[in-house]
Amino acid sequence: MKILNEAKSLIKVNIRDYGMYIALFVIMLTFSILTDGLFMSSRNISNLIDATGYIAVLAVGMTLVIVIRHIDLSVGFAAGFLGAIAAILLTQAGVSVYLTIPIILVLGIVVGMFNGFLVAQMGIPSFVASLAGMLIFRGALLRVTEKTGTIIVKDEHFNAIGNGFIPSLAKVGNLNLLSLIVGALIIVLFIYFEFSKRKNKLHYNFEVISNGMFTVKVVFISAIIAYITWILAGYNGFSWTVVIVLIVVVVYQFLTTSTVIGRHIYAVGSNPEAAHLSGISVKKITYIVFGSMGMLTALSGILFTARLQSATTTAGTLFELDAIAAAYVGGVSAAGGVGKVTGSIIGAVVMASLSSGMNLLGVGISYQYMIRGGVLAAAVIFDVITRKQRA
Amino acid sequence: MNPYILEMNNITKEFTGVKALSNVNFKVNKGEIHCLIGENGAGKSTLMKVLSGVYPHGTYSGDIIFEGKVQIFAKISDSVKTGIAIIYQELALFPDLTVYENIFAGNEVKKGSLVDWNQTIVKAKEMLKKVNLNVNPEVLIKDLGVGKQQLVEIAKALSKDVKLLILDEPTAALNETDSENLLQLLRELKKQGITSIMISHKLKEVIAIADQVTVLRDGRTICTLDAAKNEIAENVIIKHMVGRDIDDIYPKRADQQFGAKVLEIQNWTAFDPKLGREMVKNANLHVRKGEIVGIAGLMGSGRTELALSIFGNPRAYKLQGQLFMDGVKKVFKSPKDAIHAGIAYVTEDRKGDGLFLIQDIKQNISVANLKGISSQGVININEEVKISNEYKQSLNVKAPSVEQLVGNLSGGNQQKVSLGKWLFVNPSLLILDEPTRGIDVGAKFEIYTIMNKLISEGMSIIMISSELSEVLGMSDRVYVMAEGKIKGELSANEADQEKIMMLATQ
Repeated sequence: MKILNEAKSLIKVNIRDYGMYIALFVIMLTFSILTDGLFMSSRNISNLIDATGYIAVLAVGMTLVIVIRHIDLSVGFAAGFLGAIAAILLTQAGVSVYLTIPIILVLGIVVGMFNGFLVAQMGIPSFVASLAGMLIFRGALLRVTEKTGTIIVKDEHFNAIGNGFIPSLAKVGNLNLLSLIVGALIIVLFIYFEFSKRKNKLHYNFEVISNGMFTVKVVFISAIIAYITWILAGYNGFSWTVVIVLIVVVVYQFLTTSTVIGRHIYAVGSNPEAAHLSGISVKKITYIVFGSMGMLTALSGILFTARLQSATTTAGTLFELDAIAAAYVGGVSAAGGVGKVTGSIIGAVVMASLSSGMNLLGVGISYQYMIRGGVLAAAVIFDVITRKQRA
Repeated sequence: MNPYILEMNNITKEFTGVKALSNVNFKVNKGEIHCLIGENGAGKSTLMKVLSGVYPHGTYSGDIIFEGKVQIFAKISDSVKTGIAIIYQELALFPDLTVYENIFAGNEVKKGSLVDWNQTIVKAKEMLKKVNLNVNPEVLIKDLGVGKQQLVEIAKALSKDVKLLILDEPTAALNETDSENLLQLLRELKKQGITSIMISHKLKEVIAIADQVTVLRDGRTICTLDAAKNEIAENVIIKHMVGRDIDDIYPKRADQQFGAKVLEIQNWTAFDPKLGREMVKNANLHVRKGEIVGIAGLMGSGRTELALSIFGNPRAYKLQGQLFMDGVKKVFKSPKDAIHAGIAYVTEDRKGDGLFLIQDIKQNISVANLKGISSQGVININEEVKISNEYKQSLNVKAPSVEQLVGNLSGGNQQKVSLGKWLFVNPSLLILDEPTRGIDVGAKFEIYTIMNKLISEGMSIIMISSELSEVLGMSDRVYVMAEGKIKGELSANEADQEKIMMLATQ
């Protein structure tokens, strides 16, 4: 009974943070029922996650861009263009895949830094600067794919990034052993970090949630991880895309919540003048955020090209808007200073789940767009209302 | 016949428990120039906002009688219709529109339902002639100097058939020629039968132009002086402005031995390229270890600009002169450099550029010194909570926890968080800009006590304040600023309210 009350008050205080998870759960449950469990099948979930990867990494970068009150519209075609460059390097120039990927990532950082230069140094509004970038990269993409049309990539290692799975080592029943091991490792790490966090807090004599509540929380989240692992292990196991997205999320989550740079980013977003007077270089932060956006753009381009096993003339179309939508659904505020990396990932998964579920149900594409638009509006309305209540 | 064009009787206006105006009586004769005088916060602007309908009828008590009729203004446009126009210090013009568009903005000359631009230009020329402004009505406002912009504002008021013109510190941003032109224009308008109320801090021009002077202090009418009876003189006005008793709200402190000079500036000039004006002119100032130096002066005297130009120059003024910290010459390129050198600046506008309102107390306290709670760029959040709890306790910040959002705190508690943020930097020189503005007496006392504790520990403090009693009660030495210049330096013994006000209104 006591635990129930504690849970109630926890949910009440954190309704904005939990709202997205609850929404995702409701969406997944609804589609599972409507599709007789097809939606939660190993194959569908595996596909869904892989198809979200290249948007998810963009959403992570976009979150930080929006947090510091800017926007980057160029990421879609920049990803398409950088993906095409990767394809050209691999096929026409014969560069090895292990060299191609770092080259593309560095190119991405250069592109991002240039946007940062326009915004921070020249004082051009990011909307305009990145709109110009969008047009330029669209042209550049056409230019490099014009002669050949679609560039087909045959490098298996490269394509594995978008299509491949981690090796299974052995089968346990029909489950992949290595994926099970990875899942188990994640759970162990998660539990370890939760316990060490709790121990540290107790060391400082801070208030912590009750033992019962703590157990419930740890078991609950571990169960979810185990369930997802079990689903994925039943098909081909963890894909490389999942592994990459997980690494990006973990790194950015750490960066935003636990480092000085992360604090500076949120400080600049919530009050640039005060940040400047507190000794923070707003320019430097702008460069860093746009540079990171550029690197993730390159990663997105690599993921997409690998997934299609080719670079096409229209690659990257509307990626930027999907990424922005994911960030807003995930609770990022346009006023700046508010937004979590994990939120945006959930936002991306929500949007992808909607598409996937509606595809399974055979909903027409026209309705799909309208429903996704409605969900975006609803998410932001929810955000605005809960914010008012808190103030 | 009733000689008054305007009578404001027993006006009382409260802001959540604080009386900004209490029983103010203010009477203006028809066809005169009436000056309204008082310290910052005396209630002049509030009174004018009551008059112009910014604070609608019902939010204050008392009567406004204009031309013999009791007026009930529910909104600003009601007072405009009656013939009252107010020109604020911050001009309300559209910089990217032309002069004629500005003059008739909101009052367009129409033909049918369309705007008749040709007729607008013809009429605009008439209005410009009335205010002796010889410019092409088709130029953009932003291409005019401040003095001319002011005249356009007046032309705009005249286009609405104004009977009573209110000017809020019209000459504050003007040079002497422009000021003289403006005063001349007011005299001419007076001949045409237009009554003016002018709020001003420059006593010389008040004496030159006023038919009557009303002095406000602490939200009350102190007196009305009449030029015809030879009552208007500088020392008389100042005596009425400052005649407040210094209440015993300042904590005593032990006699302090001052150390070496912590900061010194020489021939310090700050030019603002955006405004095209020198905000600080040739200032010389020093602060010794363990000393509280007060900088007195009225709003707009360049105090904040001086502080910012010392604190790493965030507004990118062009600086001349030299700055020494502990005797070593320094050049700060940004606030970051200044913080490194041991200076902290608590802003006068805590909500605007001081605090992060959507972040919590601990994040606000740690933001300027994240190094102090991190290693290799990784923050120890538990350490952050611990340290901010210590500041929360020692500064007596009233909040349930350090996770409380700063936007939800009261003004006094916000100010303490702002102070805590800079104390965590552990500076050798703390610049406090209006440290007690908008906070209650209890919190004020707490902040004074903290200041005393800090200097006893060897910190130095520069305190900028508009409140004379605070300057006198807390400072070991006082500099008085006006129009960007340091007009005088007074020791604690020789400083009194009259002397400071005399220097501040030069």
